Amino acid sequence: MKKIGYLTILIFVFMLIKSSMVWAGDGVLDKGDNAWILASAALVLLMTPGLCLFYGGLCSVRNIVNMLMMCFMCISIVSVQWILFGYSLSFSDGNWFFGDLSKIGLMGITPDSLSGSISEYTFMIFQCMFAVITAALVLGAVEGRMKFSAVLLFVPLFATFVYDPICHWQWCETGWMYKWGVLDFAGGLVVHVCCGAGALTLAIMLGSRKRQNITPPCNLPMVCLGTGLLWFGWFGFNGGSALAADGRAAFAFAITNTAAATAAFVWIVCEWIGTGKPTFLGALTGAIAGLATITPASGFVGPLGAIQIGIMAGVGCYFAVTKLKPLFGFDDALDVVGVHAIGGTIGTFAAGLYCTKMVMGPDGVDGLFIGWGAEGLEQLGKQCVGILATWAFTVAVCIIIALIVKYTVGLRTTEAEEDKGLDITQHGEIAYHLELEATSTLRR
Amino acid sequence: MKKVEAIIRDEKLSAAKEALKTLGVAGMTVTEVKGHGIQKGITEVYRGRQYAVDLLPKIKVEVIVDDKDVKKVTDAICEVSRTGSIGDGKIFVSNIEDVIRIRTGETGEKAV
Repeated sequence: MKKIGYLTILIFVFMLIKSSMVWAGDGVLDKGDNAWILASAALVLLMTPGLCLFYGGLCSVRNIVNMLMMCFMCISIVSVQWILFGYSLSFSDGNWFFGDLSKIGLMGITPDSLSGSISEYTFMIFQCMFAVITAALVLGAVEGRMKFSAVLLFVPLFATFVYDPICHWQWCETGWMYKWGVLDFAGGLVVHVCCGAGALTLAIMLGSRKRQNITPPCNLPMVCLGTGLLWFGWFGFNGGSALAADGRAAFAFAITNTAAATAAFVWIVCEWIGTGKPTFLGALTGAIAGLATITPASGFVGPLGAIQIGIMAGVGCYFAVTKLKPLFGFDDALDVVGVHAIGGTIGTFAAGLYCTKMVMGPDGVDGLFIGWGAEGLEQLGKQCVGILATWAFTVAVCIIIALIVKYTVGLRTTEAEEDKGLDITQHGEIAYHLELEATSTLRR
Repeated sequence: MKKVEAIIRDEKLSAAKEALKTLGVAGMTVTEVKGHGIQKGITEVYRGRQYAVDLLPKIKVEVIVDDKDVKKVTDAICEVSRTGSIGDGKIFVSNIEDVIRIRTGETGEKAV
């Protein structure tokens, strides 16, 4: 304990020394860019409470508070992790695999530091929100059976050893996927494949819920509100990922909306054909699937490409949720795998098919379906390697993390707790007190 | 005919339902109820304020059975609903004078 205390003091001393030095970048701050990315960061933050409502409405009424709480606490835990060392591990030079510790505690970053044409603080907090929502997305798979203490241990380990490396690979200039040219505009691999593969691993490691404890969604209007907030926030997620307030940001904004709208419609068509009735939950899930799928491609493809990607998202994710999940039998409670992992995979693959120089500029690539050339085929190969690497790395590390959690605080709640619901057993509170009779009174 | 009225923990309903189904009980009525017995309730805390929840949610299951089946049914409900802690609930057994099926007008045991 004493050692940790000394270390903390030492870090603070370093922070004081370092922060008095001005690290000037080469460019100048563009006020328009900076303002838009700050606004985007706030939009992306809002996605996590939006996700709380989206997931919460899909839960059993006995587990709703627990679900809201798990996702909400990701904001708290990952934000602090990001400031302390997450940002440094992701975005300092380091090596091809991992960043270094040169920016721990945001050492050396001053209000004058620049990242491109925006303040480095703007960049840092914008990226922070991505780390937050990735961890929160994972937890949709664990409804009704994961100890809350296990969640609190899993989240920082996941953020540090799964999210930070993958983020470094793809978005830091020294990362191998960035250097090699894998395309992922706003996080198809970094956010969606990463969270989905993590969710798959956790769902399998935790085991299934009891049949009797699997209930229909408790509150569809709440799911609708959550979807709306996610869609709204996604404009910052994709529109901000150009890291400038330019035409490409506007392009990504429009493309995102197009793909989501298409996928929502395609999903209900699939449902209508498959089960005979179009459902509202289907439309909402389709919209989220479309948003997840367009994420890696949003800054690279044209509007008609976006519609085609929306169709692929609707059909592909519908198939994954309704056919693949029952086939393999894992209990991914709220379909994180079917929607996010499969969506992110399809979108990253499709970015190699539909990317175009029209959007990417002269340094870009014409995808296979645009240029019909060797260049497109090579890009598609790179996309596939990126997908496989992200899946394999996430699953492998998540297994280790889950084992660590299992043998320290334990992963799963007891059967009696699951029957009673995690709201009352983990938190001692329930979501609704709607009864007219006075069943509870204030204690003095 | 007897009415078996069981007040049980809400999380035990699915187990009780299964047990009654295997005994071949024809129908049942389930109600969400609130109440307390000897047990005085639990405490929930919201923003540091403690609320004494003195009426707890329970499930009431009502079934109508032949006199000879009463023991079997009550035993089955007890077995699946018992946790050993306070708050497991109670079972009340009472006489039923008559039963009428609304659709056909049948009365007595045929109508159960």
